[in-house]
Order: sequence, then structure tokens, then C-alpha cells
Amino acid sequence: MGYALNFNLIWRHFDKLWGGLLLSLELAVISIAIGIVIGLVLAVWYVSAGRMVRGIIAAYVEFIRNVPLILLVYLVFYGLPTVADLAYSAQTSFIATLSLYSGAYLVEVFRSGLEAVPRGQMDAGRAIGLTPWQRLLHVRLPTMLRITLPALSNTFISLFKDTSIASVISVPELTYGAQWINFNTFRIVEVYLVTTAMYLFTGYIMLFSLRLLERRFRAAR
Amino acid sequence: MATNTQEIPALLDVRDVSKAFGTVQVLRSVSLKVSRGEVVTVIGPSGSGKTTLLRCVNFLESYDSGSIRIDGKEVGFREGGSRQRRGERDLAAMRAETGMVFQSFNLFPHLTAAGNIMLGLTKVRGKSTAEARSIAEHWLGRVGLGHKADSLPAELSGGQQQRVGIARAVAMEPKILLLDEITSALDPELVGEVLEVVRGLAQDGMTMVMVTHEMAFARDASSRIVFMADGGVSAIGPPRDILAAETDNERLRSFLARFRASHF
Ligand SMILES: Nc1ncnc2c1ncn2[C@@H]1O[C@H](COP(=O)(O)OP(=O)(O)O)[C@@H](O)[C@H]1O
Ligand SMILES: [Mg+2]
Repeated sequence: MGYALNFNLIWRHFDKLWGGLLLSLELAVISIAIGIVIGLVLAVWYVSAGRMVRGIIAAYVEFIRNVPLILLVYLVFYGLPTVADLAYSAQTSFIATLSLYSGAYLVEVFRSGLEAVPRGQMDAGRAIGLTPWQRLLHVRLPTMLRITLPALSNTFISLFKDTSIASVISVPELTYGAQWINFNTFRIVEVYLVTTAMYLFTGYIMLFSLRLLERRFRAAR
Repeated sequence: MATNTQEIPALLDVRDVSKAFGTVQVLRSVSLKVSRGEVVTVIGPSGSGKTTLLRCVNFLESYDSGSIRIDGKEVGFREGGSRQRRGERDLAAMRAETGMVFQSFNLFPHLTAAGNIMLGLTKVRGKSTAEARSIAEHWLGRVGLGHKADSLPAELSGGQQQRVGIARAVAMEPKILLLDEITSALDPELVGEVLEVVRGLAQDGMTMVMVTHEMAFARDASSRIVFMADGGVSAIGPPRDILAAETDNERLRSFLARFRASHF
């Protein structure tokens, strides 16, 4: 074995990785926040709408789920500005893509959560005279959120990993930082070892804290 | 001044109500009048339409023909006989006038006992949180759960949950209370505590329509018993007459015989 591991160059450029990690987190948090809004609105709309609206929402979900994320990223970043007269940064473009992407998955999560709320609870809400909006807000959504919390955590964690795809349009997140160090130092093994550890460690911390949060919610059922 | 010689209008007036689920005729021209302060129990074999009838009374279900009035007001449809369904806000306001207690309790799982009662008081009745809280505590005390105000449904026994369910319904001060087999999902040793609460409400003059399989309760606590069979009112009258073993209503006799065989 002629290759000797040397991490010195990695530590020298560690700010690229650290800054990248923070940006990855930021991309994931912003995207899931927007995705949750998209998912909630469409799911609520879906369960109360007629055939046509349902069809349109289902088409959106199916489209997103059947196109590889990396293609969606290219389509929004290169395709959209060409057809429509739009200009936006790579980062904005990626956030938009990941939001639409997570939104599509969350529509499904929230829709099945809404449908899992027992009929009896809705009846009880109707029986005390709540209006449809009040029933949604005070009966259906709280129960649905408890049901869907584990799926929501999983979506967030996989979204965090998916931020690595932003590197293909040069958004300086964690994977892009790793590539930069690789190109400039040729310490390919070291840099990807450190980067992998960073993804794993961060993902693990997220998982741990989200499960803790879920348990607290479940205790409050 | 002219004296009113007309009969006192019924609080609940169900007239010729029919309903089908698809091709299954579930209610066949059901009529029933309930006066203020009356306790009417509904008995009958499973599938005879008892639940559906109660659900039509507060318009959780619509019906195909006939009319249901509470205090003279058509429940689900606009006045004028057009059979035009009321708007949702209008319906919600109508439903707030009837209380309902369910077989499966149906408490809101994310809210405490007090929270379950307060939701309707604050959102529908427009009470302040403090006011709603004190009303909730009053009713929880009445059903013997003053010490459980801050417990979640999951922390309560079935009997306790059902007593919260009753408190939630009566705290809204409904004109009429509908109870659908409220003890059927309970362990036998918990039935008594729930029926005790209902007896107390009856003594206070609450108007009630109660579907039940508790024959002793029906006999002792109700002014009239309705026997439903195959979607229709097959017999109606005071408990003494309905529960008499020598009734000449064939279906009632066989229902009671089967019932006695399995319960005594
Ligand atoms: N939502 C529904 N859709 C179709 N059929 C129903 C529905 N609810 C009740 N039924 C049918 O209506 C009949 C009467 O039911 P129900 O009112 O629950 O009777 P009971 O309470 O006396 O047991 C039954 O045959 C039942 O299967
Ligand atoms: Mg029933």
C-alpha cells in the first residue's frame, strides 16, 4: 500500500466543509418548511376537493416522484430560465426545487394522515357545532400531525442528504466543499472520509433529537 | 286574552323520515315526538336503524324525505319546504343545540378532559378561556371527575372517558341530548358509573333520546320506549307496556325473548 493517509490539508481547508455543512442544513430546513406548507395546503385541498383538483394534485405528486431529483434540479436551474424570462441564483433555484420535491412527498404523508383521523372524532367535532374550518384546525390537524410526525422526521433526514445534489449546480454546500478540497489538494480519500463522517454524524444527531421530540408528542396523546 | 288550547309543541318532532344507503332502506317513515324533559329510550336489534335515526336528528346524516324539527326549527334544511340543505355555518349552529354522546367516546385525543369540554365552549359559544375552564370544572365535578381535569383521554378508563364525553355534550347546554349505546364499549363493572350520571341528568330535566341495550335502565329511567325493527318504529309506549312479556307484537316478543335468553 503506497497511499499514506494525511489529513493535514483537509484541516487546513476545513472551513469549506464546515461552511458547507451549515449551508446544507440551511437548504434542508428552508426546503422542508416550504415543503410542509405546500404539502399541507395540497393535502387539505385534496381531501375536500372534487375529481379534477385531485387529478391535478396527483399528477404533480406522480411527476415529482418519478423524475430523478438531479434532473429536476437541472430542469429548474437551466430549463426554466430559458423558456421563461426568469433569473435566479443557483441557491434559490435549488431551494425551489427541493421545496417542490419535498412538498410532493409530504402531500402523500399528510393526505394519508388526514384520512387516518378516526371518523368518530370528526363526528364529535360536528356534534358540538364546530364549523368545517374549526374542525380542521382544532380536531383534524392536531391528530394528523401526531400521526405523521415520524414520517415527517424521515423526510427531513433524507432531504438533508439530498442537499448534496446542489453541488451539481455549484451551490457551496457540504459535498461541493468536499469536491473543492479534492480538486485543490488531491486528498480524495481523506476528504470523502471526513465528509461522510460529517453527514453520518449530523444525520444521527437529527434522528436522535427528532425521535426524542416524537416521544414527547406521543406521551401527550 | 285567548287561552291556548293547542297541544304543547314537541321539543323534537320527527315526521315520516325515510333514508336509504344505496339500495338498503335504513329508515322507513319514522315518526317520533319527544316533549321537553322527557327521556325516551330506543331499543331494537342490531341494524334496525337506531344509530342512523339519532344521527339524522343532529344531521350528521341527511335523509331522503320527511322532516325533523327541534323547537319548531327544521334541523338540516332551510325553512320553506324546499329541502335545500342549510349552509355549513348554519348547520353548525343548529348542531350546537343538540348534544351527542357516542358508543366509542370519540374524545379529542390531544386535549385534556377539561380541554375536550372547553373547545366547544370557546369556539362555538364564544366564552373566554377562564369562563370555559370554570364551566368545564363544574361539569367534570358533576360526573365525578373533578380531579381529572388535566388528564388526557389515554390516561382515563373507559368509564371515565365516557363521563367526559357526557360532560362535553351537556356543558354546551343543548336542548336535547342524544346518547347512542354509550355503555356498549365498556367493561361491565364500569357501566354503572356512566348510567348513574345519565340518571342524574334525567332528574335535572334534561331531554334525552337514548339508544340502549340496558333494559333495566330503560324500564326504570325512561318515560317511553321506542322499539325499532327493520328501519321502522315497530312499537312505542311506556316501559310497562313495551317490556310486558305478553305483548302481541311478534317481533318485539321475539326480540325480548332473545334478549332475556342472552342477558339473564
Ligand atoms: N354509512 C353507511 N353506509 C351504508 N350503510 C350503512 C351506513 N351506516 C349504517 N348502514 C346500514 O344501515 C343499517 C342500520 O344501521 P344502524 O343505524 O347503525 O343500526 P343500529 O344502530 O340499529 O344497529 C344497517 O344495515 C347498516 O349496515
Ligand atoms: Mg347502532
